[in-house]
Amino acid sequence: MDNTLSHEQHAQIQAHIQAHQHVPGGLMPLLHAIQEDIGYVPETVYPDIAKALALSVAEVHGVVSFYHHFRTHPVGKHVLQVCRAESCQAMGSERLEAELKARLGVDYHQTTADGTLTLLPVYCLGNCGCSPAVMLDEEVYGRMNTQKVTELIAEVCHG
Amino acid sequence: MVKIYVPIDSTALSLGAERTAKKIIQEAQARGLEITLVRNGSRGLFWLEPLVEVESAQGRVAFGPVSPADVAGLFDAGFTQPLADQAKAHPLYLGLTEELAWLKKQQRLTFARVGITDPLSLEDYLAHDGYQGLKNALTMSGADIVKAVTDSGLRGRGGAAFPTGIKWNTVLNAPAEQKYVVCNADEGDSGTYSDRMIMEDDPFVLIEGMTIAGIAVGATQGYIYLRSEYPHALKTLNEAIRKANLAGYLGENIQGSGRTFHLEVRRAAGAYVCGEETSLLESLEGKRGLVRFKPPLPAIEGLFGKPTIVNNVISLATVPIILDKGAQYYADYGMGRSRGTLPIQLAGNLKHTGLVELAFGATLRELLYDYGGGSATGRPIRAVQVGGPLGAYLPESQFDTPLDYEEFGKIWAVVGHGGIVAFDDSVDMAKMARYAFEFCAEESCGKCTPCRIGSTRGVEVMDKIMLGNNRAKQVHLLRDLSDTMLNGSLCALGGMTPYPVLSALNHFPEDFGLSGKEAAA
Repeated sequence: MDNTLSHEQHAQIQAHIQAHQHVPGGLMPLLHAIQEDIGYVPETVYPDIAKALALSVAEVHGVVSFYHHFRTHPVGKHVLQVCRAESCQAMGSERLEAELKARLGVDYHQTTADGTLTLLPVYCLGNCGCSPAVMLDEEVYGRMNTQKVTELIAEVCHG
Repeated sequence: MVKIYVPIDSTALSLGAERTAKKIIQEAQARGLEITLVRNGSRGLFWLEPLVEVESAQGRVAFGPVSPADVAGLFDAGFTQPLADQAKAHPLYLGLTEELAWLKKQQRLTFARVGITDPLSLEDYLAHDGYQGLKNALTMSGADIVKAVTDSGLRGRGGAAFPTGIKWNTVLNAPAEQKYVVCNADEGDSGTYSDRMIMEDDPFVLIEGMTIAGIAVGATQGYIYLRSEYPHALKTLNEAIRKANLAGYLGENIQGSGRTFHLEVRRAAGAYVCGEETSLLESLEGKRGLVRFKPPLPAIEGLFGKPTIVNNVISLATVPIILDKGAQYYADYGMGRSRGTLPIQLAGNLKHTGLVELAFGATLRELLYDYGGGSATGRPIRAVQVGGPLGAYLPESQFDTPLDYEEFGKIWAVVGHGGIVAFDDSVDMAKMARYAFEFCAEESCGKCTPCRIGSTRGVEVMDKIMLGNNRAKQVHLLRDLSDTMLNGSLCALGGMTPYPVLSALNHFPEDFGLSGKEAAA
């Protein structure tokens, strides 16, 4: 039993495990389902997942750690992804990254001191026609600069 | 009642289309005007997004870019009567959409409906020739469907440009009790967004293409392996699949034909290498996306060891029009062995970015200047990367190369997915070469040594070159390393990373602190 998880979260995870245990290739959709509900995939549930899907714990660990999308620790209330791919670089994303890191006081994969925002790099949001692009939670924003992202954070995270 | 269109495509949304749509509804209500608001896809003229269209007797009339602040003024100008003189005088008036130069010169086959229809309206899809291809396919033998795809000359939009029909034929002839169709919607190439647009703006065409593929080869289950970075596409596809099932276009006994095809979306998880077909299959099976040795080909032993078609979004979305209008109709577009059309995506530092679908054969110069309008910053365009992060960087002297798989091959470049990213003269090409290695190191699956180790060593070598540390020797090492990766990697990630690296070195040696002669040494 993971003390950092509530009873409700435990129940959610067990329900997802049950729902996915007989799905062909069900591990990926299961991990997505858990992360969508809990915000991350707690390492303490690896044994349960492994048992239900007839895998080893090492295999579950191997999958979670292979993919950039999955995380094993809680993140901030909001997630800001900044595109680092070529098209955004061509429109000044390097400067945007540096300025945002300085302004938020965090590096990539870190969360602001107040727990509001986690900063992540991303390689292409498919919004290359309006570079540089960022994604805040699940919404994409184009033609960004530090000022606009700061306003966006104020509006979405503190508004 | 006047119909007003506001796009729901991610790019339009990223520029505020949602707020514009809401404002239009509010403003119409406040004025007691009855309107129908349709959320269409994007026409692909991104510098004009949010592009609002109003229906008129002559066709749809465009206004753009329309911010929420512009909405009241547009109503004041009577834009619901868009052909009245007052509306025409509005600064955002653009005229009849179909007459816009950007659209008029295009040859839209795969993107014929994109921007025009409501992506989630099956009625709209059917009214615009949707499901005509499937209707024909249901009267044909599997072999005849495969022959049509082969005769059309359709090739995969990945680096290899492999003929789609040949892949299908292998699956058709592989005996098995279960076969699969897998759509590779995980190609995360920077500068490419045509997959995303198809999935968000005309999802039924992809569903139809996959259904035809299933019927052709006898596969009853399909998967769309979708990038996790595309949450809007995920929602749209799931809803479109639900509607297609309800209307009997998916599932058991499709349109009373006795044929079965089930379709499901599986969300990827941000690993670039899973755009490679064998990694993708591993991931679909619930494993780490490690590249598989080939042979066996996925067409023989693919998903769960069964014969599997793995095609890109654009290949599959192009199948319906081939089955509707015939192989010859499609093959009549294009040049040489590059048949049909290519949806080209203009990105990066360009004034007019967006989607252009043209027959193969257009030159880069035409696209960068006639369509793209030159750089966004007004400075000279210095380098252009075509075909994603593993594509070569081309200098100005190569801008007249026509977009054609073989012509690009001759200059050691790739067309790939048709993504074009422009850089102005402020770009540092040594930095871009370093980034290519860094990206490969970050995304390598780790199975083969050249990719896993080569990319990391590549970053180190680039750092030394950039510091001016024994440059000639380091450049020699860089070439040697690139050669090993090129010839020794298991898949295109390691095997093509030398394309951006060496093209940057060969065409822009000055950025590596070398004269042309030193670079060649």
